[in-house]
Amino acid sequence: MLTLQFVPYSEIEYLSSVGRIRKLLNITKENRIVLLQGRLRKEEETELIKATMEEIDKDFKGIELSVIYPDKKENDLFRKIKRNFVNMLLGDRQGLTIIGPASVVREIKKDPDKIQLFTEEDSKIKKRRKI
Amino acid sequence: MVNIFEKFIKTFFKNLFRRKKHIKLGLYGPPNAGKTTLANKICEDWLGESMGKVTNIPHETREIQIKEQIVIKSGKKEISFNLVDTPGIATKIDYEDFMKFGMSATNAKKRAKEATKGVIDSIRWLDNMDTVVVVLDATKDPYSQVNITIIGNLEARKIPVLIVANKVDLRKAKMKKVQSAFPQYHVVGISAKYGTNIDEFYQGLFKVVG
Repeated sequence: MLTLQFVPYSEIEYLSSVGRIRKLLNITKENRIVLLQGRLRKEEETELIKATMEEIDKDFKGIELSVIYPDKKENDLFRKIKRNFVNMLLGDRQGLTIIGPASVVREIKKDPDKIQLFTEEDSKIKKRRKI
Repeated sequence: MVNIFEKFIKTFFKNLFRRKKHIKLGLYGPPNAGKTTLANKICEDWLGESMGKVTNIPHETREIQIKEQIVIKSGKKEISFNLVDTPGIATKIDYEDFMKFGMSATNAKKRAKEATKGVIDSIRWLDNMDTVVVVLDATKDPYSQVNITIIGNLEARKIPVLIVANKVDLRKAKMKKVQSAFPQYHVVGISAKYGTNIDEFYQGLFKVVG
């Protein structure tokens, strides 16, 4: 059974970068898939990868990570400035971040318009069919 | 005699004060994209020696490797750099994947541990780079979050980036897909293994370094 946990941005808004990463990683380590409203800062994404690497052991193999973000091709300069300003003040609440434990989520495929989540269970069924 | 001496002094000071670009050039990307193969190609072309071991098992490079004082030339332009080959950045490492290549459990676990450390080192080294070549496997999905995260971080740090779509010699390579994934960057399709388009790569490097 797959468990998806939605995390609204307000839940991580006032946390430090370390706190945000800790919270998301803890949920993932409980074999749940995180659906985070918005996205982490770019530096936090790399910190999440670093923290993941530090915790890999025989039970935890890492994460699958994907961010769906609305089309950034904005021609209107005023809108762009407004969006950046809002992001700076309130954090980046646009889009959706998906973080799944690698033991559950084998791959997240992303085309700009669609997202496909392949689970370890899928690959086992495929293998069984081949046999 | 005085003329020769004068000429020598002039040349000496001209060379001394000539603005020579010396940078730290990093090779970044996911595992098995061909970073070390490209590093070897660059070193063979300009130093006559290779840099690191290449295999088809992921995470072959697990430590930062540096080759100092490489100078590449094109006409009157030249770039002098220290080449930094980094371990591939990944979000997951499973020792059992290494066992599929015939490795013993003990060796696979050791390799996995070294690989996790390598990823951490690669990320730590991001701040030390002046220019980065992001090496992607043109046969794989370019929209993977690791690629986007690496490039996003370089952008945030204002580090110039050249994207290389490697393995264009393979039938499955989709150069256009890589270009459309990163339309704001200069993307060069190469085969580091066979040297295909390598001159275009060097030209791209001159453009990015400026």
